Amino acid sequence: MLKAMISQLRTIWTILQHTFTKAETVQYPEQMPYLAPRYRGRIVLTKDPDGEERCVACNLCAVACPVDCIALQQGVKEDGRWYPEFFRINFSRCVMCGMCEEACPTNAIQLTPDFEMCEYDRNNMVYEKEHLQINGTGKYHDYNFYRVTGLAITGKDKGQAQNEAEPIDVKGLLP
Amino acid sequence: MPVIQVDGQEYEVEAGKNLLEACLSLGLDLPYFCWHPAMGSIGACRQCAVVQYLNAEDERGRIVMGCMTPVTDGAIFSLSGDKARGFRQAIVESLMLNHPHDCPVCAEGGECHLQDMTVMVGHRDRHYRGRKNTHRNQYLGPLINHEMNRCITCYRCTRYYRDYAGGTDLAALASRDHVYFGRHSDGVLQSEFAGNLLEVCPTGVFTDKSLVHNYTRKWDLQSAPSVCVGCAMGCNTLPGERYGKIKRVHNRFNAEVNGYFLCDRGRFGAGFVHDERRLQYPGLRNNDGRYDAINHHEALQYMDRACAPGKVAGIGSPRASVEANFLLRTLVGEENFAPGFSDAEQPLVELVLRLQQDSRALVPDITTIESADAVLILGEDLTNTAPRIALALRQSVRNKAYEMAAELRLETWQDGAIRNLAQDQRSPLYIAAVADTPLDDVATNRISLAPDDIARLGNAIAANIAGQPNADLEQPLQEQVEMITTALAGAQRPLVLSGTGCGSTAVLAAAGQVADALCGNGVPAMLCLAVPEANSLGQALLTGCDAPGLAQLQQRAASGEFDTLVVLENDLYRRGSSAQIDQLLGAFQQVLVLDGLDNQTTSSATLALPAASFAESNGTLISLEGRAQHHYPVFQPHAERRPSWTWLLACMKEMQREEVRSLHHFDDITRACAATIPALAGITAAAPDHHFRNAGVRIPRQTHRYSGRTAMRADISVHEPRQPVDEESPLAFSMEGLNRDQPGALLPYVWAPGWNSNQSLHKFQAEVGGPLKGGTAGARLLQSGIGAGPGTFTAPAPFKAEPGRWQLVPRQRIFGSDELSALSPGLAELVQPGFIEICAADAQLLGVTEGDGLVVTKGITKGATEGVTTGVDNTLATLEARINDSMAVGCAGFSVGLAGVQNLRPLAPVSLRRAEGWQRRSPELIGSDRDAGPGGTHV
Ligand code: SF4
Ligand code: SF4
Ligand code: SF4
Ligand code: SF4
Ligand code: FES
Repeated sequence: MLKAMISQLRTIWTILQHTFTKAETVQYPEQMPYLAPRYRGRIVLTKDPDGEERCVACNLCAVACPVDCIALQQGVKEDGRWYPEFFRINFSRCVMCGMCEEACPTNAIQLTPDFEMCEYDRNNMVYEKEHLQINGTGKYHDYNFYRVTGLAITGKDKGQAQNEAEPIDVKGLLP
Repeated sequence: MPVIQVDGQEYEVEAGKNLLEACLSLGLDLPYFCWHPAMGSIGACRQCAVVQYLNAEDERGRIVMGCMTPVTDGAIFSLSGDKARGFRQAIVESLMLNHPHDCPVCAEGGECHLQDMTVMVGHRDRHYRGRKNTHRNQYLGPLINHEMNRCITCYRCTRYYRDYAGGTDLAALASRDHVYFGRHSDGVLQSEFAGNLLEVCPTGVFTDKSLVHNYTRKWDLQSAPSVCVGCAMGCNTLPGERYGKIKRVHNRFNAEVNGYFLCDRGRFGAGFVHDERRLQYPGLRNNDGRYDAINHHEALQYMDRACAPGKVAGIGSPRASVEANFLLRTLVGEENFAPGFSDAEQPLVELVLRLQQDSRALVPDITTIESADAVLILGEDLTNTAPRIALALRQSVRNKAYEMAAELRLETWQDGAIRNLAQDQRSPLYIAAVADTPLDDVATNRISLAPDDIARLGNAIAANIAGQPNADLEQPLQEQVEMITTALAGAQRPLVLSGTGCGSTAVLAAAGQVADALCGNGVPAMLCLAVPEANSLGQALLTGCDAPGLAQLQQRAASGEFDTLVVLENDLYRRGSSAQIDQLLGAFQQVLVLDGLDNQTTSSATLALPAASFAESNGTLISLEGRAQHHYPVFQPHAERRPSWTWLLACMKEMQREEVRSLHHFDDITRACAATIPALAGITAAAPDHHFRNAGVRIPRQTHRYSGRTAMRADISVHEPRQPVDEESPLAFSMEGLNRDQPGALLPYVWAPGWNSNQSLHKFQAEVGGPLKGGTAGARLLQSGIGAGPGTFTAPAPFKAEPGRWQLVPRQRIFGSDELSALSPGLAELVQPGFIEICAADAQLLGVTEGDGLVVTKGITKGATEGVTTGVDNTLATLEARINDSMAVGCAGFSVGLAGVQNLRPLAPVSLRRAEGWQRRSPELIGSDRDAGPGGTHV
């Protein structure tokens, strides 16, 4: 009997103590919480440091996606770059797992700390390339795939990528 | 059988194989690059290294190349020992020194043998910090993309292109780490089989250009077992689809039909499937001649009304399935059904069938063709009519080399050694044709003769073989006859080939005589006859040998016997002159046409129905060797396109026809056809029916990695529909099911764990290079070699060249001579305008040079006229002149199927004269990817 009463009183005491501690609850949305840059929220497509579309439509994000919510079609631009003719993410399916970002060889696709995606109509959760593409480099500022790859594009000839030698002259006679 | 020890385990293996083959057949993963099951070993890449021990005491062992090491009884190997693995890892690392950082933008990625092998050996980190070698790419034509940086110098490409396919314009250039695989300068690859480079090259150096510009990874393609509709060879293919478009066609292995290779017509010729001329909705012609789109109910009601009175004739199609043709024949009645050949072609195809049925000779498949040790081709330009056979003949001439190798006890896979040994020595291959053919370079001799003379030559050879005298041949020809007779009679497996390509029944009959004479001597001779289209032989089997032709239907229609004509997938304007076909169609009150494409025939129809293509429908096709093969839909047809058999079945159901009451599925039609037509009784064995399940489940058309399922059509709606259910086949339009251990006819793609490239095929083969585990696809309908002989044949009179008069002879072109290939954008670039070929002397006589115009008119001889009406224009065509000194004297070759030749018929006598005011074509510029064209600048 006494034991039970002490327990009750101790509980009441603890609760009373909380009256004087700092509240954890924040007044969202008036007050925004801090989310780390690596937080996995709404997905964007970024541009390389030169301001060109980064995505080369390699399809690796699409195949990595566990819920298959990325679809795209590759095309080739006038200058020889591969790019997505369309790029669609169905966010009503996306589980924000980040596998796509993990798979992307060009740092094009990135998850952002924005999780506020609410719609009355699920169809509005389908984002096309124009909704996904941002103008900056996102989290990774320096990487430019076309400076590394051997594929030549206008303005970057064979032999001009990182770590490449001048193209070989096949008809040269020197040993 | 020898027993070998691998990593402590004993295995029984097949004698005469090399260790690499043996290991792969045993299911052991041994990396390799340069070895190819169809091309043997040269030991160039050093990737397949293993350690071999002298005996049980030997602890050091030595590194040997698996592909160069014969399996011998008691041999001891280690695959997984550190030494062997370290060596293989070092090899991949060195091959990768200069490899560009290209995988994301490489069309080979995801089905790349180099990727697979790199992962297999466990190479991860690059230690070399030097600069990478780079190369400039070449423009290799509209079909093939070149990205030389990716090369690992395995030499497979040149070995395939030069040694296997006989090409000359691709070579290894320069030396050491400068080696370059390309042409001496930019230009279109000349070989008709260049497309196989895409599958032979283990990296992304050669890729499909149209795919590169609209790329989909292998794992995202939906594919199904299909059959090429390019010619009558019936090569097995794997078309891959994404977003409603056929993205590419790959080879589907069939040991007896096409092995590992396709021709470029088949590989690049499926573009018509998404051509903008495809019909989408049924169209009913209104009073002002335009078409109104109607829905399928209205279309069926219209068909019902048109066909119900019963005065209906039907024209089938040698490029449509047996089932669709059978239904149309049932609809209109046997005696009112024409198989859809041109009037010139019908007797030829019927004769081919009769010769094959009557002959004592064997009708060969591709492996037996490759085993022939003496070959005679009469009149046919196989490279351009049944291309895959020509590639097989290039292998058959190597039998001499294999004989020489056997004497030295070299194994057949020792490719480099055997080629060095034999040099230019080949088994005999004799060609009698109207002019040069692309096989001439491996032929012992090619003689140019007019078709009638080819028949006489054949006849004389047959008589000679049978030991009968024949005296009426000119002296030089008589010498040839002796030589050919000696070659054929001295062979163990002689092969005689001919076909409908030169338009002469006499030539065909002569080929039958030669093969039969050989059989009469007790030799197991082979007789192979080419027909023009994917189901030509099927049509002959369906209708028998006295079906009505187009002319007959026209006469009967004119006499009021018919009101309605139903045309099935057939552009009749390719089967006769415009005037003839206008007359034919005009004789009917209404013309109903089922076709996929908007062509001249559909434009003359009262009602046009959109038919699904081969890639959207089930169908059975019968190849030139009488093999019934089944093709499955790769994707579901769009809009109101339906397979022809669906339209016809629905129409007959609408008419409440008794015959179709119990037919519900595609398989029911196949069975009904087999039950009705004795000659086609075997077609049900071509493939399992739609009830078949593989270990209880369907076979998936999509790979297990198929991506984008929940986003592909999310732009239309986020509510994902159920995957379509395929009620007509055991395949599924989804990734669910089991793609393993199924019958050979049901192989939708090849993939095995760790083997993403097409090299995974060996996991589906009973043994490496051998037939599929599930059996070879297709069912042979012709009982080979049991006929009583073709009967006697009287050779035609010698052909006499007359001044001022030429005999028209067909010159076939791999691209454009058939109906469909020219509709693919890539191939269309290679199709040239029609031409007339004459020899230099004739050109001089006519006062023309190469590129001038020639007017072809109905032939006139020494005052006498034949089919020539005075006072009217007798012009048949005006075409570009080409000078070809190999033309048979008195013959003029015309390009079959190309623009401007509609009115020309094989063997017709014509006159030629120089065309006035002819505009020469400007000389062709070599294309280049460097022009900033729509293809982008791939420098
Ligand atoms: S975050 Fe995960 S679920 Fe969402 S698109 Fe990327 S891979 Fe797919
Ligand atoms: S993985 Fe990256 S580069 Fe490749 S398609 Fe996706 S976003 Fe584009
Ligand atoms: S181009 Fe391809 S097939 Fe030819 S050597 Fe290089 S990697 Fe081998
Ligand atoms: S040989 Fe004939 S069937 Fe084979 S791929 Fe070529 S066109 Fe097609
Ligand atoms: S596969 Fe054996 S050395 Fe290349």
